Amino acid sequence: MNAIAMDHKTTRMVAQGLGWFSLGLGITEVFAPRAVSRWLGMRDGEQLVQSYGLREMAAGIGLLTSQNPRPWMIARTGGDAIDIATLAATFRRDNPKNVNVGIALAAVLGVTAVDAVCTERLCREKVHAVERRRRAVHDYSSRSGFRKPPHEMRGAARDFEVPRDFRIPEPLRPWGT
Amino acid sequence: MGKEQDRSPRIATAFEQPASESHMKALVWHSPKDVRCDEVPDPTIEDPRDAIIKVTSCAICGSDLHLYDGYMPGMMNGDVLGHECMGEVVEVGAGARGSLKVGDRVVVPFTIICGECEQCRRGNFSVCERTNRNKSMADKVFGHTTAGLFGYTHLTGGYAGGQAEYIRVPFADKTHIKVPKSLPDEQLLFLSDILPTGWQAAVQCDIQPTDTVAIWGCGPVGQMAIRSAILLGAKEVIAIDCIPERLSMARAGGATIINFEEESTVERLNEITHGKGPEKCIDAVGLEAHATATLDSMYDKAKQSVMLETDRPHVLREMMYVCRPAGVLSVAGVYGGLLDKIPFGAYMNKGLTMRTGQTHVNRWTDDLLRRIEEGQIDPSFVITHKIGLEDGPEMYKTFRDKEDGCVKVFISPGRSNGKANGNGAARGAMV
Repeated sequence: MNAIAMDHKTTRMVAQGLGWFSLGLGITEVFAPRAVSRWLGMRDGEQLVQSYGLREMAAGIGLLTSQNPRPWMIARTGGDAIDIATLAATFRRDNPKNVNVGIALAAVLGVTAVDAVCTERLCREKVHAVERRRRAVHDYSSRSGFRKPPHEMRGAARDFEVPRDFRIPEPLRPWGT
Repeated sequence: MGKEQDRSPRIATAFEQPASESHMKALVWHSPKDVRCDEVPDPTIEDPRDAIIKVTSCAICGSDLHLYDGYMPGMMNGDVLGHECMGEVVEVGAGARGSLKVGDRVVVPFTIICGECEQCRRGNFSVCERTNRNKSMADKVFGHTTAGLFGYTHLTGGYAGGQAEYIRVPFADKTHIKVPKSLPDEQLLFLSDILPTGWQAAVQCDIQPTDTVAIWGCGPVGQMAIRSAILLGAKEVIAIDCIPERLSMARAGGATIINFEEESTVERLNEITHGKGPEKCIDAVGLEAHATATLDSMYDKAKQSVMLETDRPHVLREMMYVCRPAGVLSVAGVYGGLLDKIPFGAYMNKGLTMRTGQTHVNRWTDDLLRRIEEGQIDPSFVITHKIGLEDGPEMYKTFRDKEDGCVKVFISPGRSNGKANGNGAARGAMV
């Protein structure tokens, strides 16, 4: 029980940490796109870097403020794949900053591993919660609230007269009623 | 604490000062997700129309969870929660003596009513013009004030609630439902809110014998709406949720069920209604829709997390989309503020009618009490957990997370801590 609780707590702490990381990286990319793209040797990559920054900021805010970090972690992991693809495309023979690209790629791969583990744990928690709910079905099948079977109680309150102000407008009533 | 001594029956004079410094237990809101069972000062008569009720039973309502989760603005540290309670009159202010006397057994409706303003005279009790003591605040937020509510936000008066040993009932000469001593609390308590709320949700649909009524949410209000729609003679009632226990309870009440985690609500509703959609749709969910794997719910979550939207109106959108043209939408679920991406085009072009509002409790309770007495409906079917006040904070979590088969929590303030089915947490007694 304790181990599960600890695991749950650690996963959430990691997600929180990744939220701050996302926010920090996002702010850097949004406000210093030229420096980032130059460091990576990307030509005309400023707008792309900025758009990635906005994505990182959204994920960061989501992770830091949402009760349920799972969708934001899924989004982060998807974003990692885009980052890796972009960095791989930047890793060209004619790029003088290939060492920097390599460093960035290694860092992204590392963070991706953490993202993937955290996302997997959150998804597993969700599956377990759903399973638990499915399994732990208390039997409420006899709780009708009626003294007779529901089909016999259908219309038992037809003596109730719907007040005038609660009736549906006359023009919308079915024909003939 | 000598509670019984302190509260020996007597008639209070107007604006009487507290006779003692005695304290009582109550469930107190401190901040989102922080509810505690605290000692707070006993309530006293503050106005001639007040009465003090010794609470014999109370309940946690789904709308209390909006406060618990911090989605409802206007809560303050120290607010006593609870708007479903009943008990025995132990003090009566001078202005309420004509209607109440010490020893009367009453259910306290969650809406505080004056019974004299224009809205009350028309039966629109939940928009009483005089009982919200923070009227100016409500005027600013809602445009015009609504009635004062117990144990709710300061936008609705900030009155101390009934998850406590005692409650002060303002405008008590009108704000009460007298009940007979022959029936147990379990059958009567829900006259305070969920039974009339489910009933009004169905009445707002003006149900015809040919109608299919779809009800989103199988929480306590949804369950009452299902029974109400059956009693009012709907041809078919369809209940939508994802919690197996709640769906099984809905089926027991006569509903066809849809588990939205296993099948598409829209597709299934269209299938059942031969492609036409249900004539009547009831929202018994409100602002915290937990729809999974839908784009719009992820969008709502994202916007809500950066405070660009207050509510998650997935159910409203789905109802507008799937409802049969010229149909009726009845909104019993609570909404708090600003909603986004509402398909108003569908709503307008299909000529839908929408009825909303907090429940005009006293408008329905005489009739519903008669139906309970006659055995037409027994609302106690919905109670799944019975606890004392001390277990309240833990049970808020259990109820919020829909764990342990929790549908409705019944609290007896006089009962001591009752951890009965120990799964490691204070579960109270499953019933």
